[in-house]
Amino acid sequence: MSTAVKKEHKSARPERGGQATLVEAIRQGIWEEMERDPDVFVIGEDVGAYGGAFKVTDGLIDEFGKERVIDTPISEGAIVGAACGAALMGMRPVAEFQFIDFISAGFDLLTNYAAKCRYRWGAGLPVVFRGPCGSGVRSGPFHSLNAEAFFLNTAGLKIVEPSSAYDAKGLIKAAIRDPDPVLYFEHKKLYRLPRLREELPADDYIVEIGKSRVARAGRDLSIITFGAMVLTALDAAEELEKEGLDVEVIDLRTLAPLDRPGILASVKKTNRAIVLHEASRTGGIGGEITAILAEEAFEWLDAPVVRIASIDTPVPYSPPLEDYYLPQIKDVVDAARKLAAY
Amino acid sequence: MSTEVVMPQMGESIAEGTITKWLKKVGEHVDRDEPLFEISTDKVDAEIPSPAAGTLTEVRFKEGDTVEVNTVVAVLDGNQSSAAPSAPSVSEPAPPPKSEPAPPPPPPVETKPEPPPSPAPAPPPPAQAPPAPVAETKPEPKAEPTAADLRKTKSSPLVRKIAKEHNVDISRLEGTGMSGRVTKNDILSFIESGAAPPARPAEEAPRLTPAQAQQAPGPAVSEPTVPPLKPQVGDRVEAMSVMRKKIAEHMVLSRRTSAHVTTVYEIDMTRVAKLREKHRDAFYQRTGTKLTFMPFIFEVVNKALRKFPIFNAQVSGDQIIYKQDINLGMAVALDWGLIVPVVKRADDLSISGLARAANDLADRARTKQLKPDEVTGGTFTITNPGVFGGLFGTPIINQPQLAILGVGKIEKRPKVLTSADGDDFLAIRWMAYFALSFDHRVIDGADAERFLAFVKDQLEEGDFSL
Repeated sequence: MSTAVKKEHKSARPERGGQATLVEAIRQGIWEEMERDPDVFVIGEDVGAYGGAFKVTDGLIDEFGKERVIDTPISEGAIVGAACGAALMGMRPVAEFQFIDFISAGFDLLTNYAAKCRYRWGAGLPVVFRGPCGSGVRSGPFHSLNAEAFFLNTAGLKIVEPSSAYDAKGLIKAAIRDPDPVLYFEHKKLYRLPRLREELPADDYIVEIGKSRVARAGRDLSIITFGAMVLTALDAAEELEKEGLDVEVIDLRTLAPLDRPGILASVKKTNRAIVLHEASRTGGIGGEITAILAEEAFEWLDAPVVRIASIDTPVPYSPPLEDYYLPQIKDVVDAARKLAAY
Repeated sequence: MSTEVVMPQMGESIAEGTITKWLKKVGEHVDRDEPLFEISTDKVDAEIPSPAAGTLTEVRFKEGDTVEVNTVVAVLDGNQSSAAPSAPSVSEPAPPPKSEPAPPPPPPVETKPEPPPSPAPAPPPPAQAPPAPVAETKPEPKAEPTAADLRKTKSSPLVRKIAKEHNVDISRLEGTGMSGRVTKNDILSFIESGAAPPARPAEEAPRLTPAQAQQAPGPAVSEPTVPPLKPQVGDRVEAMSVMRKKIAEHMVLSRRTSAHVTTVYEIDMTRVAKLREKHRDAFYQRTGTKLTFMPFIFEVVNKALRKFPIFNAQVSGDQIIYKQDINLGMAVALDWGLIVPVVKRADDLSISGLARAANDLADRARTKQLKPDEVTGGTFTITNPGVFGGLFGTPIINQPQLAILGVGKIEKRPKVLTSADGDDFLAIRWMAYFALSFDHRVIDGADAERFLAFVKDQLEEGDFSL
């Protein structure tokens, strides 16, 4: 559909640094890496002339040409397979899924091939698999997925998901330079959110994979979360502050491997933890984090760990139902109040 | 029919007991009222007789376990196979399963309803602890502790860790968390307040909130604690017995509660000694018990307590409770500690009644045969370090009483006396020091002097009817 659309004008090369939203930050990062390293290329559906469904790759084709910005047929299997092959031949592909929901169509090659190459043949695959994830934008059951839990139990895959423009740029650059496959999830709700617009440094920088950040320091309880739920947690924390509760928010940034020292340091300080995520509760990443706390912070816990997640259904299309499905600020505030009173 | 044996309630404020010894093994037969196990509680050590005859099929707790009152601790004539998995180390290995799982047929006596325990205890000695209450197997299983119970008693891993590091008993704090749970902030503010954990007296005392503990005067200022000691090579380390811990707690509590003052009188016991000498043999023949100095002292103390009721009183908050009955506690030294059995309504008893009661209680204290209500309710205590040769001491008041009398060694000493015509002369007299420790919060020095002077006059006068 979109390949038919003719572009009126060339999209400008992004500035280095400056004011950027999350989507602009990712675009900056890819652009700079393609400039820095001729082996880096982009592959996916509508990433070329159309500039990507969410315009993450906008303008790349004009700057770097069709050889390095490759539009593919609608086959995620083909995209993953081609990216893996190119990586084995020494290239550094950045493969896009138009929506992360479609990653399941490339599941076999991702889990049985990309994840295992390093361990089976000593051949690292420097591929970035990226795409928009997440719900809350009325996209219905097929365009709202959070896919991290599928891959958390696949050893050999790194998973990152930024919640700020600075991290988005630093993490995409770190992912591209990583010698092994990295899944890079971009929450579509955050792409153009004005509150995430921030001044990025002009200098080259990366954000190390495997390190969480303290999005808000506090001493009464920790909310461990990532992605768009970081904002939900921060909003809840602000409301709780009025009641005298000093909430710490940990933005995981990397989901695999989890930053155990970062998580434990926060909970050992506050002694109470809420694990918050957007994917459904059962089998979600929250269970893993809760288990880490039980195993390694038991003596520091002053209350049971609380999980807040979406309910165990597909993401509904109806707006009221989607709001009911997703953890809201009020849910976090209520749970935090209860936990603080425990 | 199987019979469950439960931890008996040894006194109204007792919530739990420690099993110190199983006297029967799993598989052994036990007769009704035959001692089955020994327990140690806050108040008393006792042998617990079996509530029924039968074969001990299950022992649910091992020696050293502390068990809540009314918890089933053993089963008689139960289903053997179900008993095996939960039987702890003291039990014998479970017998191999038989082809028929039928338990051994109960002896005929079992099928009859048990006669009710004799309503009135036989008057003279060999009294026993009451049989352990029987719980039928039928009633619904004892409820598991609820989450709320566990929150209160266990709090959280963090609070337990802090409590252990600072040696705080969290069950003695009032928490502000869910179900009254002690939270991190509760225990930290409690520790920061520097207050020592409030001791739990036998009587139900209100639990302190951290805020109250902070306000508590005295101990809150600074409570020096001895840091934990490391034993040297060759030293022997022994855990304190339940009794030892209770004594330790009680002594420190008393020192902290009462303003102790001790006054000492020397009393001429010659007339009592002569009286005793004169009646000794006849008394033994008549009553079957030895005539010591103690019943004379008891009788005089009874009179003194009636005359000066403040010595037979208790302090509760800012009130003084004057007790109607005179219940005399008498400290009995044991090889494994100390116990204070109580002669109830002592002023109703004659010299021979007092002698009999005192000797009986002392004998049974040494054989662990005291009943729980025989060690509670004392209103005044007499201790007798003189039996070992001590001249006098400064005894610690037995809370919640207000005074304690220590009787030193009664021995012959030279004494200056004055004859009727005013000549001084040296005489050999039976003398003893009487030391009275009293609580200066409510008893002034003059009261104590009057009390002891009265005791002295009475004993020296020696006007007793035997």
